[in-house]
Amino acid sequence: MQAHERITAAIDAATQSGRPALVPFITAGYPKPDDFIRTLKAIAAVGDVVELGIPFSDPMADGMTIQRSSFEALQQGVSLKWIFEQLDSASGEIDAPLVMMSYLNPLLAFGYDKLADRALAAGVCGFIVPDLPLEESADLRAALEVNGLGLVQLVTPATPERRLQTLCEASRGFVYAVTITGITGGAAGLPADLADYLDKVARLSSLPVCAGFGIRAREDVAAVGRHAAGAVVGSALVEVLERGDDPQPYLRSLLGQ
Amino acid sequence: MSALLQAGEASALLDAAIRGELPDERGRFGPFGGRYVPETLVPAFERLEDGVREHLHDAAFQAEFQKELREWVGRPTALTYAPRLSESWGADVWLKREDLAHTGAHKINNAIGQAILAKRLGARRVIAETGAGQHGVASAAACARVGLPCSVYMGAVDMERQSPNVDRMRRLGAEVVAVESGDKTLRAAIDEALRTWVTDPEGIYYLLGSAVGAHPYPYLVRELQLVIGQEARQQMIDLAGGLPDVAFACVGGGSNAIGLFYPLLGDDIELIGVEAGGTGSGLGQNAATLATGTPGVLQGSYTIILQDDDGQVQETHSISAGLDYSGVGPEHALLQATGRVHYISASDDEALEALEELCASEGILTALETSHAFAAAKKYAGEHPGRRILIGNSGRGDKDMPTLTRYPARTRSHAGA
Repeated sequence: MQAHERITAAIDAATQSGRPALVPFITAGYPKPDDFIRTLKAIAAVGDVVELGIPFSDPMADGMTIQRSSFEALQQGVSLKWIFEQLDSASGEIDAPLVMMSYLNPLLAFGYDKLADRALAAGVCGFIVPDLPLEESADLRAALEVNGLGLVQLVTPATPERRLQTLCEASRGFVYAVTITGITGGAAGLPADLADYLDKVARLSSLPVCAGFGIRAREDVAAVGRHAAGAVVGSALVEVLERGDDPQPYLRSLLGQ
Repeated sequence: MSALLQAGEASALLDAAIRGELPDERGRFGPFGGRYVPETLVPAFERLEDGVREHLHDAAFQAEFQKELREWVGRPTALTYAPRLSESWGADVWLKREDLAHTGAHKINNAIGQAILAKRLGARRVIAETGAGQHGVASAAACARVGLPCSVYMGAVDMERQSPNVDRMRRLGAEVVAVESGDKTLRAAIDEALRTWVTDPEGIYYLLGSAVGAHPYPYLVRELQLVIGQEARQQMIDLAGGLPDVAFACVGGGSNAIGLFYPLLGDDIELIGVEAGGTGSGLGQNAATLATGTPGVLQGSYTIILQDDDGQVQETHSISAGLDYSGVGPEHALLQATGRVHYISASDDEALEALEELCASEGILTALETSHAFAAAKKYAGEHPGRRILIGNSGRGDKDMPTLTRYPARTRSHAGA
């Protein structure tokens, strides 16, 4: 099984057990770098796939929570190199497939070939790069494919249908359906026409679809779960960690457990 | 830097630039440029690109744009001979007076052009970022002129050091949004404007103020600013008796510099871009992006940026808010890589001295940004006596009074001499 197929398999397993897949997001090393692996293990024990945010100085697709977590993590010296070293130290102890969410520049600076090798060794199965549209992605995609790593494509409510189809076909692991026309951490709630949109994405995609942005509560996960295979929970989880609360009860509550 | 291009590639790319073939259909200036934006904005950028293709060189658009440049902006701006500077420097010094354009800087050329475009594309409202406040003021004025609501994103640090411009924007009817995130200067303002655009990509027109960002902005801004170089070139022939030996322009994002340089690329004229040298050569002490930066992706474009080994974009320092930026337009990255334009820097102190000298000797209070170009030109004149020098006087310095009042005027006695 290629690395990106592990992501798909983990989401499919949740579907087969009759519940939405849960994809928790954390900013690596936030709030405290020392707690990174402990936190990662805790959320990987509940989540089906874990999205690991790589801090960046200019998170232009993110709202206040992720901006804050990203800035703080950088202040405390978190880097991609440090994150890989930490993941190496926990090798074999985390079952859930990891997907790294990073803006492009830290990946460019690291070097694509080295990135693909380090990622595979550290148990990373795929990447989400929010400022890398498909048209600019050939080099990174090629480097990742050598090691069977996937580049997850995002689609949004603003995406025209033809482009939606192209993106669904190009995606690996799952298709990330952004629920709102906006940035992460929105408090406005999910849009009324969400069901139609998610149904359309699911129809065009042979991969499972996970919805993200603005998902904070059990009702959100349930609403999304009726039309998509899974839900990504980011800013709300980061806020739980920020308060120093245990993430596991929160994540379980999202699934009604 | 030339290592970024293969041996034969540099001259082929420079020829293509001179022939007007860049950016290519992918928005690339050689290796630089492109479009690195969130998926939500991809359709908006495609619509903008289509709109630019349809309208920018359309006769009706150009007629309206040229009429506004003539009757509202006040173009052509003057070319001014600087006799006392010329005598003092041992050179023949000419100034292209963008400070005389409406609202006090070259920014208005781009702002009115894009505001007309926004109207034609059916935008409901306009957003803009600003550093020194000149683009914010220009956008506020241009939006008032075409009848569109305007919100300007401005870093909190910049709002303080350019407070007269904040008040001007508000009086021109714009909403000024203080940006408290990131470095609280121009880069954070662009990030915040992009975040806002993402919330309504169909209704909002983003009026970007420099030749930076994702395609088609570097191209669009250049096309709207190249009137500076076209006019200056003809005025040098008519008034100065010939083309200059060398032309200087300050470079932050690089819109005034590309506007001045682009029409001169094919001429035998040395072109020198001047970045902010700040207080020193260390990372974070300056905004000398091309002089000390490395290739990377920032705010939509592959270009030269100031970053650390991990690819984190670094904060910058300059006394001038308009040059205080960690990136630079991708076309400048190419022009440096091909060797056609040389990019150097001037320090905060050198810029302040140049500002005072220009005030005292020619009666022109130039912007702190522009002062960097004067500082570099003076140094050049000392090393190359007798040259004919053209300086892009990109803006006026009234907005800098809050900063300048912190520095006692050192040349008062010189002015009386």
